[in-house]
Amino acid sequence: MTETSGTPSDPPPDAPSETSSDPAPREVATPVATTKRSARKRGPAARRRRRSSVLVLVFGLLATGVLWTMLAPTGNAAQTADANEAVRQGRVLYQKGCGTCHGLGGGGSTTGPSLVGVGAAAVDFQVSTGRMPLAAPAAQADRKPPVYSATQIDQLAAYVASLGGGPAASKVTDKELSDADLAHGGELYRANCAQCHNASGQGAPLTYGKFAPSLSESTPKQVIEAMRTGPESMPVFGDRQLSDEDAVAVTAFIKHMNETTSPGGFSLGKYGPVPEGLLAMLVGIGGLLAVCLWIGARQKV
Amino acid sequence: MTTASPPEFVKRPTPVRKANRAIDERFGTQPGLRRNLNKVFPDHWSFMIGEIALYSFIVLLLTGIYLTLFFDPSNTEVIYNGSYVPLKGVEMSRAYASTLDISFDTRAGLVFRQIHHWAALIFVASIVVHLFRVFFTGAYRKPREVNWLIGVGLLILGILEGFAGYSLPDDLLSGTGLRIAASIAQSIPIIGTWASFLVFNGEFPGDNFLPRLYVIHILLVPGVLLALIGAHMGILWHQKHTDFPGPGKTEHNVVGHRVFPVFAVKSGGFFMMVFAMLALLGGLAQINPIWMFGPYDPSKVSSASQPDWYIGFLDGSTRLMPPWEFRGLGHTVPAVFWPTAVLPGILFTLLALYPFLEARFTGDTKSYNLLQRPREAPTRTALGAMSISFYLVLWISGGNDVIAKTFSISLNAMTWAGRIGLIIVPPIAYAITKKICLSLQAKDAEVEHHGIETGIIRQLSSGEFVEDHRPKPTPVPDHPQVPNDRFALPSANGHGDGEGKGLARRAGKAVSGFFVEEKETGPGGPSTPVGGGKH
Repeated sequence: MTETSGTPSDPPPDAPSETSSDPAPREVATPVATTKRSARKRGPAARRRRRSSVLVLVFGLLATGVLWTMLAPTGNAAQTADANEAVRQGRVLYQKGCGTCHGLGGGGSTTGPSLVGVGAAAVDFQVSTGRMPLAAPAAQADRKPPVYSATQIDQLAAYVASLGGGPAASKVTDKELSDADLAHGGELYRANCAQCHNASGQGAPLTYGKFAPSLSESTPKQVIEAMRTGPESMPVFGDRQLSDEDAVAVTAFIKHMNETTSPGGFSLGKYGPVPEGLLAMLVGIGGLLAVCLWIGARQKV
Repeated sequence: MTTASPPEFVKRPTPVRKANRAIDERFGTQPGLRRNLNKVFPDHWSFMIGEIALYSFIVLLLTGIYLTLFFDPSNTEVIYNGSYVPLKGVEMSRAYASTLDISFDTRAGLVFRQIHHWAALIFVASIVVHLFRVFFTGAYRKPREVNWLIGVGLLILGILEGFAGYSLPDDLLSGTGLRIAASIAQSIPIIGTWASFLVFNGEFPGDNFLPRLYVIHILLVPGVLLALIGAHMGILWHQKHTDFPGPGKTEHNVVGHRVFPVFAVKSGGFFMMVFAMLALLGGLAQINPIWMFGPYDPSKVSSASQPDWYIGFLDGSTRLMPPWEFRGLGHTVPAVFWPTAVLPGILFTLLALYPFLEARFTGDTKSYNLLQRPREAPTRTALGAMSISFYLVLWISGGNDVIAKTFSISLNAMTWAGRIGLIIVPPIAYAITKKICLSLQAKDAEVEHHGIETGIIRQLSSGEFVEDHRPKPTPVPDHPQVPNDRFALPSANGHGDGEGKGLARRAGKAVSGFFVEEKETGPGGPSTPVGGGKH
C-alpha cells in the first residue's frame, strides 16, 4: 500500500521543479547579455536587482504551489472529480460506511489504513468478497456475503480511485479466460500460489489465526484484483512480475479447478490424504468391522 | 427274461471327487486334506479383523498387477500430450505422465488406481486394528510371541510398502514426501549423507531413483510380505486359534466351526464383502488426485502436503518438535532426527518387545490358549490406551494445518495443544482406563456374589427400601454338545441366547441391557449341532 500511495504523489514535485529551475536561468541569461551591450549606467543594475527579486518571487510562488500540491493533494483531486456523479455517490457511501475507520477523507485513522492510492481494484476486491466492511477486528477478515450492490461497489471504487492512483478494477472477459493457456497458468500457480493456497486451491492456515483462503468461491475478477493489490498477508504480484496475460492464465487455471467435477468421484473437499485417511477409518474400517459384527452375530445359530 | 433284475445303480463320481482321487493317487494328499478341512476355528467376530488385512492384500496384488501393465517408473523428462488439458505441454517425468495416462487414457485405469490406493489405506488400518485386538486380549502371550514379532514386521513393511507406492507417481505431493524422506536420511548423525546418497544414487532427486523404488514396491517388499503372511498363517494354523473363555472352552480345546464347509463359506463371503467395500470406495470416492497436484519439481511445494494416514504420526511428531539443533563434536544433529528416526525406532522396538517385557515383569511364563478380556489385565489395557492416545495426539498433529483451516483455529494453538497434549494426555488415558477396568472387575464380582440388579424397588413393612437382585443365570454354551461344566463365564451379560431375531429386537435388547442388567429368559437356545473339535 505504501508503495502504490507513493507513486501518484511523485510526479507533481518532479515536473514543476524541472520547469522552474531549467528555463528560468536561460531567461535570465539572455537579458543580461543584451543589457551589458546596450547601457552601462546604474539603471540597469537596479533593473537587474528588480528583475531578480521578481524571479525570487516567481520561484517562491512556484515552490508554494508545488508544496501545496504535494502536501494537500486530496482536496485538489476531490474538487476536480466532484463533477463525476459516481464519485459523488461513492463519497456519500464512503462517509456513511467506511469513514469511521478509514478517515472522512480516506486518509486513514488509528483503526483503519489510508485508502489514498489503493485504487479501485482493492476496493472492488475487499467489498465484493464481503471482507469490507469488517465484521469484527480479528487476525484476518474472512469472505462473507457482500454488503453493497455491484453498482455501489463501483461508486465506492470510483471515489477511492479519485483519491489518487492504484490499480484499476479488473475487466477480465470470459473470452480472455477461455483463450488463456491453462497449462502455463497451472505452472505459474504451482510456482507462486500453491505454497499458501494449496495445490488444489483449498487454502491453508498461516501463523496466528491468519490464513490463505480457499479460492473455490473466488471469481476471476477477484482473483486478478487480489494478485494486483495483495490483500492481507498476500504479496502483490504487480504487472512487472506477472504480465496481464499470465495473470489471466493463472485465473483461468483457478477457474478450471473450481468448475471441473472430480473425475474420481466424491472429491472429499480436495484436501488430499487427511480426509482420505478419515474416510478409510470411518467408512472403510468402520464398515468392515460392522460386517464382522454382523457375520459374528449371525453364526451363533 | 421277465424276472431279470434291474441294472445295478452305480454312483458316478463328480468331477471334484475324480480330481481329488487323481491327486491323492499321485501325491497322497487325502489324509492331510481331511485333517486340515476338519480343523476347527472359533467364531468370535473380532477374529475376522486380521482377515480384512489378508483380503485387502489380495486386492492389492490383483489391482497392482493391472497397474504394472501401464506404469512406467522412469525419471526421463517428457512433454505431456495426453487428454488432461491443464497439463498439456508441461514437462514431467515419464512416471507422472504414465500415471496420468492410467488415470485418463486407460480403460478402468482410474478405478483400479483408486481401489489400489484405498486397499493400501485399509490394509495398514486393518493390521493396526488387528494388533489392538491381539494386544488387548493378550493373544500374543506364550506360545505366540513369534507370530507377534512377525505381525510387527508386517506392520512396518506395510507402512514402507505404502509409502513406496505413494511416492511412485512422481507428482508434487509424492515428491515432497520423498524430499522429506531424503532429509530424514540425511539427519542421521555421521552416516546420514552417505545413507541419503546410497538410497537416491547421489543428490536428491537422483536420476534413477524411481526404477529402484519400483523394484522395492512391486517385487522386494511384496515378496517379503507374502512370505511373512504365509509364515504368520502357517504358525496360526499349527498353534491353533485362541478363543475367549466360555462354557465348554478350555486351554486344551478349540470350539467353533470346521474349515469345511462353514468357516470356508464364511471367510469366502467375508472376502467378497471386503472386496466390495474397497471397490465401492475406489469407485465412489476420489483418492490421490495426482493430476491436481502437478508434476514434481523440487523448487515447488503445496501447502497442506500430507502423507497417507499411516505416516501421519511421523509428520505430527515433526510438527510438534521444537527446533532444537545440536551442533558439536564436528557434527550437526538437526531437530528432525529425533521425531522421525529416533521416535519410531523406540515405538516399534517397544511394540515388538512388549510380550517379552510383560512376561519378564509379571513373571508369567505359562502358555495360554484362552484369551483375556481387557478388564482382566488392567495394567496392560491402560498401557495400551496410553500408547494409543500418544499415537493419536501425534496423528492429529500430522493434519493440524487442515484441522486449523477447517475449524478456524490458530495453527500455533494447534501446535501447542499437540505439544502439551503429547505429555499430559497419555498419563490421563492410563489412569482413566485402569480405573474403568478395576471398576468393571468390581462390578463383575458384585454380580457374582449378589446377583444382578433388577431395578425393582420394594418397600419392606419396616419402611426400608430394597432392590431385588436376581441370581446370575448360568451361561449358555455356544455349542450345546460341548460339555459346559468346565468353565463359567465371569460376566452375567452372556451372549448367544439365540432368540433374538431381527435387527430392531436385538437393538432393543442391547439398549435395555445398557440401562437394566436384566435379561428376559425364554426357551430357544442353540439348536443346530456344530463341530466341537478336540486337539
